[in-house]
This record gives sequence, C-alpha cells and structure tokens, in this order.
Amino acid sequence: MAQQAGTRNRPLSPHLQIWRWGPGMLSSILHRATGIAASVGILVLLWWLGALVSGPAAYAKFAAVAGHPLGILILVGISYSVIAHGVTGIRHFVLDTGAGYELEQNKLWANVCTAAGFVLTALFWAALLLR
Amino acid sequence: MGNGTSIGRVRGKGSAHSGAHHWLQFRYTSVGSLLLTVWFGVSLLMLPNFSYTAVREWLASPISATALALFIIVNVWHAQQGLRVVIEDYVHEEGNKFASLIALNLVCFAAAAFGLFCVVRLALGGA
Repeated sequence: MAQQAGTRNRPLSPHLQIWRWGPGMLSSILHRATGIAASVGILVLLWWLGALVSGPAAYAKFAAVAGHPLGILILVGISYSVIAHGVTGIRHFVLDTGAGYELEQNKLWANVCTAAGFVLTALFWAALLLR
Repeated sequence: MGNGTSIGRVRGKGSAHSGAHHWLQFRYTSVGSLLLTVWFGVSLLMLPNFSYTAVREWLASPISATALALFIIVNVWHAQQGLRVVIEDYVHEEGNKFASLIALNLVCFAAAAFGLFCVVRLALGGA
C-alpha cells in the first residue's frame, strides 16, 4: 500500500469488520458483485454470437455446452447477475437523488431490491421455459 | 525540506473540476444499458426457440441488429466504467493499477470490436 508522508500511523476509519451487517450493505455489495459477474456474461454473449457467425456446426457445439446442466447453471447465474444488478442499480439511482436514507426506508427498499433480483430471475426462467 | 501535510498541499488550489465527469458518464450509460437490456431480455423471451435458424432470422432484421449493436456498445462501455471503479478501489499500487486499467481497456475494446463485427456479419448475411 502506498503511504504518503503525513499519513503514517494515523488512525484509520472503522472498516468492514466493525459494522453490524445490514440490508443496505448487502444490497450494495451485491450490486458490485453482480456487476462484475454480468461483465463476464458479456463474454458468453460474444461466444454465442461468434458461434452463430461461424455456422451451424459451431452453434451446435455452443448449444451443447449451454444446454449441459453446468452450462444452464452458469446461464441462470448470469441472468440473475444482470437482473439483480439492474434492480439494485435503480436503487442506487434513487439514493443518488438523496432520497431513501431514512433508516426504516433504507432497510425496506434494500430488502425489496435484494428479493426482487431473485424473484424476477425466477419469473424470467419460468417465462422462458413455459413459453 | 518537507512538503507540508496532505491537506496543506492541496489547500487553495480549488476543485479539479473533473471529479464528477466519470461519475455522471457512468449514470448515462446505466440508463442506456437498462433500456437495451430490457429489450434484449424481452427479445429472448419472444424467440420461438434458440435454434440456429431462429436466432439467425431474428438478427437478420435491421431493427434487431441495430439494437444488438447498441446493446453491445453500451454494455461494454458500462462494464469498462464499472470495472475501472472496482480496480481503482482495490488496486492501490500505482504501477499495478496502471497496468490493470490498460488491460481492462484492451479487453473492452476487443470485446466491443468482436461483438460489432459479429452483428454486421449476421445482419449482412455471409458465413
């Protein structure tokens, strides 16, 4: 870690382990984690498009990997990441306006957003499989 | 000879006037990302199936191809902005940070170029 003159041995502000875990913190770190995972999802999208360009044989290979239980698990993970990141992203938009910091409100909407990520993902897959 | 304290070195220099730029740009791309990702999700649900012919047919339409091109641009852009913030938060050593950001930018430009090339090939036939 880079240390600047005048900052050595000075007390640090309380970090992660000091605070009691709360819904707002969960929603916030999930936003970051799902954002990173969704970025990886872009690479899977590119693989899909590349296979599509390369022709039916390459596409069949992709479809076999994507259709494997492990492949489906990864696709579910990516779809959850994208959806959950969108929902918590909207939460951050609201927080950016300066609204929603009252303790009860903040807790409520953090919990709603965390739950909505899972619910909307389940609905998406239900719609996909039942169409 | 000391250089004064951290606060002493910057006092009186005024704002850098660029701090909000990245933050605002990040919000702009997030709006585009939200709209286009909803389009993408709905489009997937509206496909009859994910067979080679069905997906090719979907992306042969100019509207789908244009939207997918925008989808790739805005999401790679937004991912670059987000991962940049993550790197800046966790990689403190200047040299490593610089190298990480360069690597991130290279991957993102390559990803966008490849994605757009694929969209063009799919839209204009070929292969």
